[in-house]
Amino acid sequence: MSTGTGVGTTAERSINSGLNNQRSTVNRLSAENVTLAYDQRVIAEQLSVEIPDNSFTVIVGPNACGKSTLLRALSRMLKPSEGRVLLDGQVIQSMPAKKVARTLGLLPQSSIAPDGITVADLVGRGRYPHQGILRQWSTEDERVVQESMRQTGVAELADRYVDELSGGQRQRVWIAMALAQQTPLLLLDEPTTYLDIQHQIDVLDLCAELHEEQGRTLVAVLHDLNHAARYATHLIALREGSVIAQGAPNDIVTAELVEEVFGLRCQVIDDPETGTPLIVPAARKARIKDAAGPESGAGAEKVAATEAS
Amino acid sequence: MKTTNRALRTPGGLSVRLDVRALTVVLLLLVAALTASVVLIGTGDFPIPAADVLRTLVGDGNAGQEFIVNELRLPRVLVGLLVGASLGLGGALFQSISRNPLGSPDVLGLGQGAAAGALTVIVLFSGSANQVAVGALVGGLVTGLAIYVLAWKRGVHGYRLVLVGIGVSAIVTAVNGYLLTKSDLVDAARAVVWMTGSLDGRDWAQVWPLLGLCAVLVPLVLVNARGLRLMEMGDDVSYALGVRVERVRLLLMVAAVLLTASATAAAGPVSFVALTAPQLARRLTRSPGPNLLPSLCMGAALLVTADWASQRAFGAEQLPVGVVTGVLGGVYLLWLLVTERRAGRI
Repeated sequence: MSTGTGVGTTAERSINSGLNNQRSTVNRLSAENVTLAYDQRVIAEQLSVEIPDNSFTVIVGPNACGKSTLLRALSRMLKPSEGRVLLDGQVIQSMPAKKVARTLGLLPQSSIAPDGITVADLVGRGRYPHQGILRQWSTEDERVVQESMRQTGVAELADRYVDELSGGQRQRVWIAMALAQQTPLLLLDEPTTYLDIQHQIDVLDLCAELHEEQGRTLVAVLHDLNHAARYATHLIALREGSVIAQGAPNDIVTAELVEEVFGLRCQVIDDPETGTPLIVPAARKARIKDAAGPESGAGAEKVAATEAS
Repeated sequence: MKTTNRALRTPGGLSVRLDVRALTVVLLLLVAALTASVVLIGTGDFPIPAADVLRTLVGDGNAGQEFIVNELRLPRVLVGLLVGASLGLGGALFQSISRNPLGSPDVLGLGQGAAAGALTVIVLFSGSANQVAVGALVGGLVTGLAIYVLAWKRGVHGYRLVLVGIGVSAIVTAVNGYLLTKSDLVDAARAVVWMTGSLDGRDWAQVWPLLGLCAVLVPLVLVNARGLRLMEMGDDVSYALGVRVERVRLLLMVAAVLLTASATAAAGPVSFVALTAPQLARRLTRSPGPNLLPSLCMGAALLVTADWASQRAFGAEQLPVGVVTGVLGGVYLLWLLVTERRAGRI
């Protein structure tokens, strides 16, 4: 997929888009020239991002590069001070809250399980956007909750208290709640943070499953570049609030890119399991040697060149 | 089985979800509150048996009893029920919004704020009872507004709300102390009784405004209860689920301040009901969430029972009900702190 043209057309479209918010686009979710700021602190300026439909998009970048902020903007938690976020051709802030919640789900980093809540009850709360004051708990709600718990493997925990669960189980429960929301788009803010390695893989496998088997569009912020390269179908690399590169991991992940985005010297090799790019940071001694000698740059370029070819 | 939720569905696709346990608790508390009310109406210098009280209430008593029950004691009990219900509901709202059992109007200084309003009227203007009530209402609303404005920064957050509330409370307490030192002896005595919280001499004039306010606010609050329940999971989650977080929070905070301030205007700052009622209700229903209706019923039952205890224990020389709720509530707060500490939650 060609992301270069995607960015170009976005810019044109923002100029051409008239008074109405309608536009003809293939992708359901996009940010157009957004400026993102908390109070006076500007995180990103004139940032444009398209989330390809049916992709598993992963946003990566160093700490404080604005990746979580971008995710917050895409999920309408943060209103851009300039520009706009479009969902199905409409400015996301102008849409009814519940309607957005039926289209786009978010698993934020900060979520609190109320004291003494059971797994089934928590997952059931994901049905809120489908409910009303006179339609509080339909058979459909019941079915979707069971289904979501089964998919995430927490069905047998249904009557347990959420506070009694392990971190990995708890994250699965939160994902189940987001699934119960039944949104075609699902945004996850660092879903693997604070989990040990097998639970990280567990959660990512689950995400890949949701993406592949149910055709949901997933957008996740991940810290681990190797996880991102392995699971993403579309990668967005951010640095200081700008998109440095985007595209399929196989096309864009090179030693050069990693150095440019993270300032880390490394080699990029093929993941022996999946064939996706695998980032191997340069050894400490090699790095010290590299820093001293002029060959270092050539070495990194060589790796980059082999990767690109 | 920990969940006691049952869903009632109609063929037309309508469905209502009921927590059977919470519903049972509500019914039992209502029965308790009404029983205590009947007993309380029968208590006093002229004791009336419960059967006679009931007969008089349905309009079938003798003239003497009718006067005592309908003109003297019924309005007082109704004020007690309404004040307790308002405080219970207001407390549940505040604790849920701040996600903190300490975020109750007692701690936030709404009571002190209302007291400052009332003291200003008593000390500076020697106002009538009605003017004192208006002063208390204004004082409570201004304090609530001040807390909201000071705690507001990209949304009101739990701890900030509690801390700002404690600060505001300290300032207002100092103002109250100053007003008391400025007052003469008669005003000071009146002010102190008012500040303890008492149902003495409350009549129909206090019942109607309170009833009207509750009739508007309680349904409004209950309609928004589902949003509030989600907000306990954090702003982001509830926002993602389609709750208009800021709007719901502002609306419910205004409702909670109005409920608390008007209850305080009617009976003085009856302490600790707003703190304890939601916590007790929650322990009975064992259900997460704001437990709004159970807290409301618990508040009403608590206040009427405390009023009965204060009359019963001290007879003719009546003790203001605020003393009883203060002692019981204080003991409960200590117990709560100790058990929470043991459970490792604080």
